[in-house]
Amino acid sequence: MDYFAQQVINGVVLGSIYGLIAIGYTMVYGIVGMINFAHGDIFMIGGFIALISFLILVSLGLTFVPVILLIVLLVSMAITALYGWTVERIAYRPLRHSFRLAPMLSAIGMSFVLSNYSQVAQGARVKPVPPIITGGYTLLDSNGFVVRLSNVQIVVVITTIVLLAIFTWLVSRTRLGRDMRACEQDQTMAALLGVDVDRTISMTFVIGAALAAVAGMMYLLYYGLVDFYMGFVAGIKAFTAAVLGGIGSLPGAMLGGLLIGLIETLWSAYFSVEYKDVAAFSILIIVLIFLPTGLLGRPEVEKV
Amino acid sequence: MTTIPTPASRAPAAAFIFKKALISALVALVLFSLMIGIRTEAGPSGQLIYWTRFGDLAAMVGIVFGGSIVVELLRQWWGPVGTVRIVPPQMQSALAVAGRLVAPLLLIFAFLVPVIFYDQRYILDLGILVLTYVMLGWGLNVVVGLAGLLDLGYVAFYAVGAYSYALLATNFGWSFWVCLPLAGILAAFWGVLLGFPVLRLRGDYLAIVTLAFGEIIRLVIINWQSLTGGPNGVSGIPRPTLFGIPLTPGPNGLAAKLGIEFSPTHRIVFLFYLILALALLTNWVTIRLRRLPIGRAWEALREDEVACRALGINITTTKLTAFATGAMFGGFAGAFFATRQGFISPESFTFQESALVLAIVVLGGMGSQLGVALAALTMIGGFELFRGLEQYRMLVFGLAMVLLMIWRPRGLIGHRAPTVFLRHAQTISSDLVKEGHG
Repeated sequence: MDYFAQQVINGVVLGSIYGLIAIGYTMVYGIVGMINFAHGDIFMIGGFIALISFLILVSLGLTFVPVILLIVLLVSMAITALYGWTVERIAYRPLRHSFRLAPMLSAIGMSFVLSNYSQVAQGARVKPVPPIITGGYTLLDSNGFVVRLSNVQIVVVITTIVLLAIFTWLVSRTRLGRDMRACEQDQTMAALLGVDVDRTISMTFVIGAALAAVAGMMYLLYYGLVDFYMGFVAGIKAFTAAVLGGIGSLPGAMLGGLLIGLIETLWSAYFSVEYKDVAAFSILIIVLIFLPTGLLGRPEVEKV
Repeated sequence: MTTIPTPASRAPAAAFIFKKALISALVALVLFSLMIGIRTEAGPSGQLIYWTRFGDLAAMVGIVFGGSIVVELLRQWWGPVGTVRIVPPQMQSALAVAGRLVAPLLLIFAFLVPVIFYDQRYILDLGILVLTYVMLGWGLNVVVGLAGLLDLGYVAFYAVGAYSYALLATNFGWSFWVCLPLAGILAAFWGVLLGFPVLRLRGDYLAIVTLAFGEIIRLVIINWQSLTGGPNGVSGIPRPTLFGIPLTPGPNGLAAKLGIEFSPTHRIVFLFYLILALALLTNWVTIRLRRLPIGRAWEALREDEVACRALGINITTTKLTAFATGAMFGGFAGAFFATRQGFISPESFTFQESALVLAIVVLGGMGSQLGVALAALTMIGGFELFRGLEQYRMLVFGLAMVLLMIWRPRGLIGHRAPTVFLRHAQTISSDLVKEGHG
């Protein structure tokens, strides 16, 4: 039971990270109708930028951790958002009216570009950082098995919740959110009613990338390392989360993320660590076959 | 060709280009500021250290600035998107004649390669590599080019073929010629196995599921250590024999039987002709299949699945045969790969391989056999040019894929007109139709 409680805590933290990435997938799919294959690598870039800005701040002599974290968060969100914008501008916008598979193939190419770019720029070795946030609370201590909730985990979950709140407000209350929802339903109609479709799509990529940057930073804080290849697997898992929750649905993405995080952690805890990725990929296949609309998604009507 | 801008219109254009380049350079400055301007590395004591590379950063920003000016100039010179360039009729017919000659000439050249380059082992090896990818490309072409099913996990069948041969040969000592069909059948079986669940999926979902499938196969190979040797792979895979006669220096070897002096090049030449034969088999079967009802059904499926179903074509068998046929050729290629290398490990079967083969098919124009062959030659040749710059290889590959999609989404040499069409071909040419939701 204690073991289970500990695994659930770990799973929720991991799930928050997946959920933040999954939102990027689900938003883009909702509006443009493509799988942004490079999104996992945007997450990786976010992790790298967080790492580098953290190093600079520390060497500048800043010691107060909350300030460092806040600056790192803002810097990595800003720069990664620009990456998201650039990727959309270069690789996807020219293909908006191309044939159906073109954006997907271009996205695969972009994914290679981003991961190899960071390999070339920062080297292939894993970059470790010492624990930035230390300490934690002991929730339960029975028979020598301790259930711990570390401060990192609290920070990850709280940041996720706060960002989700801001993001939900953005989508449901602001002009931009309304434009986004309009474009999702009918781009031509939205354009006729004065919505700048290009700008709205760009902003979607920017917001998705900013959230992925937060996920990258949380990953860095939680696991204490980044490497150039981490975007691929994390990206597929987050995509699985988006599909599981129902692609196009924002609460669904978060729910899917939590579920994938929990499944992965519990699978590693009770079955085998080696096959945890196989489990995640299998879930993707099973969900797509038996529940293609996901948990909270709307069924898609196909027209000729 | 294009209208030359008058001096009056040139000045604002110059200002516009300059402004655009400046913005690009600014964006590049922010993008590269931390990733290139600062280099991090784990220091000797495990602590991360960093140093600055502002020179590289400035160079990159400069390249982006200059590059965007060049791109913008090219765009103005090239004219607006969609400009139709009229080629003179004589040139058109000359091109058509040249186009018809390319395939036979290429084939003759391929047959002569081992004769011409007998002493150059490097070129022979490169030729074998190119032909392997030609074969993979042709195999995947059945799935992607003909049936229009985007398969991102093709390398899984390649792996199934390679491991089938490797395990059968090392455990039971079966010969290559027995294992080759078996590898193909096993791969086809896996193709059907993958095909069944994805029957209902289309487009990007299908792509993602096949990707997941490919990764699952790779992860299982890595983790099932008792069978596959895990990350260490399988080594000591027997070399192929000429129907039982080994190509070895001993008295039973081919050289001794033919009464000629043994040379290790014989084996390379043999491998070259073997893969050439396998690739041509793939090509021949594909061309024949295209003329059969099943091939027509694939092409119909690619153009429009819903219409295809409305016309009474059995979608299930159409998709499954496409997957099985493509997978079978992947399996053959895998068995060949295993016997050529003598050693296989999961590292050879990553997603990058799938993407490379897919890029070859896309570059070749999705459906054109000649296009795929030329694309494989270009792609693998291009990779060889970048051999000295190993780490930039995939970067350039990714960039090429993006640019290709923007510039020529239908492939360089590509045409994907259906094999048969109604009399008024021009009104229903596939270029005018939106991609079917395959």
